[in-house]
Parts: sequence; C-alpha cells; structure tokens
Amino acid sequence: MNKKKLKFDFWSIVTILIVAIFALFLIYPLLSLFISSFKDPRTEAFTLSNFTKFFEKKYYYQALINSFSVTSLVTLLSVLIGVPLAYLMTAFKIKGKGLIEILIIISMLSPPFIGAYSWVLLSGRSGVLTKFFAGLGINLPTIYGFGGILLVLTLKLFPYIYLYVSGALKKIDASLGEAAESLGCSGVKKVFTVIMPLILPTLLAGALLVFMNALADFGTPMLIGEGFNVMPVMIYSEFISEVGGQANFAAAMASIMVFVTSLLFVGQKYIVNRKSFTMSSLRPMKAKELKGFKSVAAHFFIYFIVFLAIIPQLTVMYTSFLKTRGAMFTKGFSFESYTKIFSRMGNAISNTYIYGLVAIAIIVMLGMFIAYLSIRRRNVFTGLIDTMTMFPYIIPGSVLGITLLLAFNKPPLVLSGTFGILVVAYVVRRLPYTLRSSAAILYQISPSMEEASISLGCSPLKTFFKVTAIMMLPGVFSGAILSWITIINELSASVILYTGNTKTMSVSIYTEVIRASYGTAAALSTILTLTTIASLLISFKISGKKEISI
Amino acid sequence: MSVSIFVNKVTKIYDQNVILKDLSLEVKNGEFFTLLGPSGCGKTTLLRMIAGFNTIEGGEISFDNKVINDIPAHKRNIGMVFQNYAIFPHLTVRQNVEYGLKLRKLPKAEIKTKVDEILKVTRIEEYQERLPERLSGGQQQRVALARAVVIHPDVLLMDEPLSNLDAKLRIEMRSAIREIQKKVGITTVYVTHDQEEALAVSDRIAVMKDGVIQQVGRPEQIYTRPVNTFVATFIGHSNLLKARIAVENKQTFLELGRDLRMAIDNLSDLVNYNMDVIAAVRPEEFTISDKGLRAKIKSRTFLGRYVNYELTLMEDLMVVPGTYLEVSQDLGLTEKLYNEGEEVCLEPCMRRINIFNEDGSHSLIRGVMVDE
Ligand SMILES: Nc1ncnc2c1ncn2[C@@H]1O[C@H](COP(=O)(O)OP(=O)(O)O)[C@@H](O)[C@H]1O
Ligand SMILES: [Mg+2]
Repeated sequence: MNKKKLKFDFWSIVTILIVAIFALFLIYPLLSLFISSFKDPRTEAFTLSNFTKFFEKKYYYQALINSFSVTSLVTLLSVLIGVPLAYLMTAFKIKGKGLIEILIIISMLSPPFIGAYSWVLLSGRSGVLTKFFAGLGINLPTIYGFGGILLVLTLKLFPYIYLYVSGALKKIDASLGEAAESLGCSGVKKVFTVIMPLILPTLLAGALLVFMNALADFGTPMLIGEGFNVMPVMIYSEFISEVGGQANFAAAMASIMVFVTSLLFVGQKYIVNRKSFTMSSLRPMKAKELKGFKSVAAHFFIYFIVFLAIIPQLTVMYTSFLKTRGAMFTKGFSFESYTKIFSRMGNAISNTYIYGLVAIAIIVMLGMFIAYLSIRRRNVFTGLIDTMTMFPYIIPGSVLGITLLLAFNKPPLVLSGTFGILVVAYVVRRLPYTLRSSAAILYQISPSMEEASISLGCSPLKTFFKVTAIMMLPGVFSGAILSWITIINELSASVILYTGNTKTMSVSIYTEVIRASYGTAAALSTILTLTTIASLLISFKISGKKEISI
Repeated sequence: MSVSIFVNKVTKIYDQNVILKDLSLEVKNGEFFTLLGPSGCGKTTLLRMIAGFNTIEGGEISFDNKVINDIPAHKRNIGMVFQNYAIFPHLTVRQNVEYGLKLRKLPKAEIKTKVDEILKVTRIEEYQERLPERLSGGQQQRVALARAVVIHPDVLLMDEPLSNLDAKLRIEMRSAIREIQKKVGITTVYVTHDQEEALAVSDRIAVMKDGVIQQVGRPEQIYTRPVNTFVATFIGHSNLLKARIAVENKQTFLELGRDLRMAIDNLSDLVNYNMDVIAAVRPEEFTISDKGLRAKIKSRTFLGRYVNYELTLMEDLMVVPGTYLEVSQDLGLTEKLYNEGEEVCLEPCMRRINIFNEDGSHSLIRGVMVDE
C-alpha cells in the first residue's frame, strides 16, 4: 500500500513537467520584466524612476492616453456595426448569408497589419483612391494617424462583436419574442426591451475582448500610426532603441500595459461568470423575409460593411499580380513579385510553416494534457496550471516578446536568435484557443466512457490514449485551427524575437512594407491570406460546421 | 470465473460526510443481486466501491477469499453497464464488444467466436458494423451488456441501466437482462430505485435507506414480510393503520379502532399486552364485506384487472395524517363495483397483513429478519 503512494504515476510527471514549462517560459520572464522595471538602468538599484519618468513626460503618457482614446472609439464603433449586423443577419433572410459569414470570419482572422498596409496602398500618400479623388479635386482625409488606426482596427475587430452577439441571439428562444409581441410590444421596442437586455452580458464581454485586442495591437499603429503614438509602438521603439543598453524603461511601460490588460481581463471574466441567465433555445428565432425598402437598406448595409472588411484581402491579392518598378506598381500583370519572394524570401515562407507546425504540435499535446489534468484530476497543482494558462490573455504580444528576450538572452539559457524562442512565444500566446476547446469537449465526454474502458481491463493511462484523447479530437482540432491561423499571422512578438535567419512571413511583410517594397509584401500577404482561408475551409469541411469559436 | 462478493463493514466518506458506515453484505456466486433504495441513499457509491472507482475508507471487499481493496479497477475483471451506456462512439458495435477481449490479447479466432456468440445472445448481430450513434436506446443497452459480459467478468455491475429507456422498452430489456445473466451465470450486482424492476429481475434484493441496509431477501419475502414500515411502503403500497394488541384468554387480538377486533396468531414474542402498534395492510389484503372497518368511497380508478378505491375511514386510523386508505378489488373475484360516496365495510386478511412496533422500526411478525 505504501509503495503505491510513493510511486509517481504518468500524470504526476506530466503535471510537474507542465508546471516547470510554465514557470520557465512564463512566470520567470514575467517576473524578470517586473523586477527590471524597478531597476535603475545604471546602478541596478531599486527605483521607481522608470515609472515616474513615464508619468512625468507628456511624450510618454500621451501614448497611454492615445491608446485609450483610439481603443475606446474602436470598441464603440465595433459595437455600433457588429450589433445591427448580427441582428439583421439573424432576424431576417439575407441573400448570400453563408458567404457573408465566411468573409467576416476571414477578415477577422487575417493578419491585422495586412489591413493597415492595404489601406495605405488605397488611400495613402500615393494610393489609388487618393490620386483618383485628387484628380476630381477632392482631398481624402489622411489614412495616417488616428483616423487610419480607427478605420483599420474597427474593420478588423467588429467581427468579434458580430460573432458573440449572433451566438447570443441564436440562443434566444423564439417564444420570448413572441411573448413580447403578444403583450403588444413589437418592432424596435421589442428589440430594446426584450432582446437587448438578453444579449447585454454577451455584448459587454465581446466589447471588452475588442478593447483588449485593440489596445494590444502593434502592427496597425506601427504601419499607419506615424506621429500618433500608442503604447505597444512606444514600448517597441523604446525597447529597440535601448537594446544593448538597459531596457528598464521599456519594461516599466510593459508592466503598465500588463496591469491595464489584467484589469480588463478580470472585468471580462467577471461579466462572463456573472451572466445571470443561461439561455438555451429549443426553437431559435426564425429569419423573416424583409420587404421593399427595408430589404434593400438591410442588404446594402450588410454588403457595404462586409465589402469594406474584405477590401484588404482583395487589394493584396490584386496588387500581388501587378508589375512593379521600385516601390511603384506599373501597368500590366506579372508574377515577378512571386518569383522575387521565392528567390529571396523562400526562407521566411518555409520558416512560417515549420515553426507553426512545431508550435502547433506542442500546443495540441499541452492543450490535451492540461485540459485532462484540470478537469479529471483536479488538485492544487493542476489548479495552479489552470491559473497560469490565463496569463497569455493579459500579455500583449510585444510585451511577451520583450519578456522572453530579456529572460533568454543571457546564460543559463540562451534562446535569443534561435527559432526556439519564436516557438516558445507562439506556444505561450496561442495555447489558450486549443486549451479552451479541448476543455470544452472534455466536459461533454462522460467520465463513464473512461470508466467503461477501465472496467474492461484497460489501464487508466492507456484509456486516455485509446478513448479520451480520440474522443477529444474534434474539439482539439477546432481550437488548434484557430491556434494555427493566429500563429502563422503572429507579428507583434515575432518582430521583436526574429533575427535574419528566423524571419517569418508576417515579419517579412512588415519589413517589406517599411522598405516600401509593396509588390513583394502583397505577394507574401496573399500566400498568408490564402493559407488562412485554406485552413479555415479545411476546418469547416472536417467539422461539418461553418463556425469558429473565438 | 464467477465469484461470491463479501462486503465487510465498509465505510465511505466524501468530504467528511459519512455516506456508508460499516455496511456488510454477501452476494452469492451466480446470483442476481439488487441494491434498491431511493435516490441518494448510496447505491451508486457502494457499486463503484466494488468496481474500484471509489476509494474504500474502511472495511474490506473481497471476491471469494481475495481482498480487492487495493487492486486497481482495471485489474479487477469486472463487467460494468452504465446508466448512459458509455458506448465508445468512435468504434463500431463489434469493435466495442471486442475492446476488452483485445486488451486480454486473446487469439484472433477465439475473439471472433466469443464476439459472434455474445452478439447472437444479445441479439445485435445485424448492427455489428454500425456506429453506436445510429442505434436506439435499447440497442445501445444491448451493446453495453454484450461488451461487459463477453470478457467473462468475475462480477457484472449495473447502475440503473434501464432508467434512460421508455416504459415499454424497460420491461422488455429487464427480461432480456435477466435472461442473459442466467445464461452466462455471472454474479451480478444491479442498482435501481425502481421497486417493480427490482422485484422482477432479482434473485435477492437489498433495500437501502440513507446508507443503511434495511432488509435483504428474496423479492416475495421482502414484499410479503417487510422488516419495517419503510420497506413496507417503499416496496409496493401499504396502508399504515394505528392498532393495538389485546390479549384475552391466552388468545391475541388485533384491535383496529372500535369497529374491528380480530384474532392473530403469528406475532413474535416481542409483543406485550395493550401495546400500540402499526398494522400495514396492502390494498389487495382488504376484502369488502358486510362487517369490519367502516369507510366511505372517495374515488374509484378502473385499471382493467383491478379496480382501485380511495376511501376515508369513519374513524381516522391513518398513521400518516391526511392520507387515504387504498383498497384494490380483483375483478376476477368479484362481480359488484362500488360507487363514489358509497359506504362499505373492510376486512383485512389476518394471515397476510404485517404488524410493526409503534415507531415502525421493526416487524412484530414471528420469524421476520433483516437478513434471512
Ligand atoms: N463524488 C461525490 N462527492 C461528494 N458526495 C457524493 C459524491 N458522490 C455521491 N455523493 C453523495 O453520496 C450520497 C449517495 O450518493 P449515490 O451513491 O450517488 O446515491 P444513489 O446512487 O443511491 O442515488 C449522496 O448524498 C451524494 O450527494
Ligand atoms: Mg445512483
């Protein structure tokens, strides 16, 4: 009997390993970041000066104000677009609904900086639209700065609101609306008195998600922010300019960011947990036919929004086939952008897929193990793991990049400059998608499945691989697709961690755009976008559902 | 091969709540043994201790002479049928049934013969290549049974296996289960909260309440001679009436109010003169006649073979206040039906009724024991 207690079984070893991995690649870097933010750059003594410097100089704290103002407006606009869109698409018959949903998902999952860069092509200083309207004597408002960030981020993030809210609307039983109508409440009044209150918690949760995403986004403001400084860009540039010296000030700003995102995250969790009513509809709302002017208006609104959202993808695909001369596109089509990237940047393309596959393999394994441990084998340590897996939500990509670089650019463990550090960043950042979907499906698998297998003579460990893991696969897969897509599109951590040999596609697009080599950037973006679309379609095909759980 | 199960003073504690305390039980080799009791009384807990899915906080469970407390579940050689069947959805019916045999590394040919045989016995041959999601509840139930039985387990454990089926299928499947169990002759522990089901399938039944075994016995024993009022009312229906024991000229009488006084000769030595007792009379143990307890018919339900009456006694003797007396009349034995509002007299059949002490905790009938 005693012997058994001393023996470590497979799961205890896995638990210890996972705790160790998190401690090494998440807790330790994060702690070093915090510590370094309290250190004097020269004397290494404890100081608050990094923080006071931030709050004393307008140049710095303005970035925080800018971040908040643009992020708040992005959130507001996303709600104003996403909610009506979701309502119209759910309550009424809309032509081409299936395609519209796919386009919305594609625009959401494509790399955000592609949006920024396409809008530069269209209405930047020498953009097509700018020139066209200038010919008509009209000066378009500038795409650079506040307005541009607002436009690009809103178009990129309203799909979250759309998906959240239409999910909630689908859960409202039709009888609720009918009850309201039988009581003499219909039309707009019904929407505001019955439907809105029911979706409000979901909407709030979605809005906070949008807020966090907008706040952490690095690529968009970097490409079109110009003079308009926001936090992630500020942290990045301070960090880059101080590398070699000390990065304590950048660390202090990163700590401030983490503090802010933590508050938002806690707020979001609180709202999600407090959703006082769990709804499940036996009979979802039925889409009604719209007639006459209303129908035209609804269709116009939807098509227009979706068209705006998908413009970046269309633009990059189109321009990738244009002939170029230097930074300029010239008349006529050719594959020269593609031949250029394959000859000069083939490395970046293969790196993207190889790193992505390595990371996704690790993510799937970790995701399944952690889900199993925290649901089927609850104890102090698995609870600890559970908590640690929340961290990636609150660490913006660029901050994660900085923490990893600070932690692993010196002995005992030097990872900087290797592809390993990129894989670590991908795993840490994108594990939550796979973990969440793995946990969700495991909750649906009755423990008696496993007990049945055990009672038939299969050891618990073997049962995990023969029964549990196999039954979890569909859920794991749906999350893994999301992890995969977001890995290959990852920029904000990669751009800090890459070196010449470990460049990925997203980093190359970024550097090409900075070099104003728009043709090659377009070709790379097209490959990335098509990979994203292909992954999505394969996932839809395999799961048989046209859905994605964000 | 089949074994006897000895449960010796086992204790189960969940977060400081004692669910089972010093519970003992013996299941004989090859027997169909049922744990019966209301929901939450600890049946599943006990079953899962036997299976090895629950830890045992005290006492011992043995298969024959071997204590199994420390043998992990997958080495106990048990067959288990779950409430939700727990059929592996990613395997076909045949693969489900083969699962345990393959783990035992039997030769291919032997696996095939065994699986073919059990598929035939459980009548699911024709679905063997299907995936479980395309089977009905009854068919899934048969797959679960086949999968558990085919490995020739030492014991077969079933936890409310029929509770997800509709009423008709439930009756069909319980005969199927009984038949298959007898054919393969495996010691079986069956859990249910449905007394009718328990009476129909079991060789012996253990009636449980709040983690304590109330009575163990053959179905007819438990029905005809319950050890206390809980068993008397949980298994079938019993009218509980306030009564008194009177002794006159060495003859014992049962007095039910002022109207009825009848000789009774099968009481145990525990009875005293003038003792207040509870008489438990089943609806079919009353005959409607011209003398006895006077009552008024409140309602009548026609059930085909029987007619059930609810009556109000003229003199209220009901132990549970506010309840009505239930009487059933076998249509095969009577001609006359009574109408609502009619007054009748009722006579209990003294050889069959049960007498309990005043708090209902034990029977006063001679020879009635908790465990025969
Ligand atoms: N895993 C558990 N943790 C804590 N209490 C439990 C657990 N399983 C059962 N119980 C408690 O043990 C008692 C008996 O439960 P159970 O054996 O499932 O009853 P039955 O199967 O007879 O309906 C109940 O009070 C239940 O709340
Ligand atoms: Mg139970």
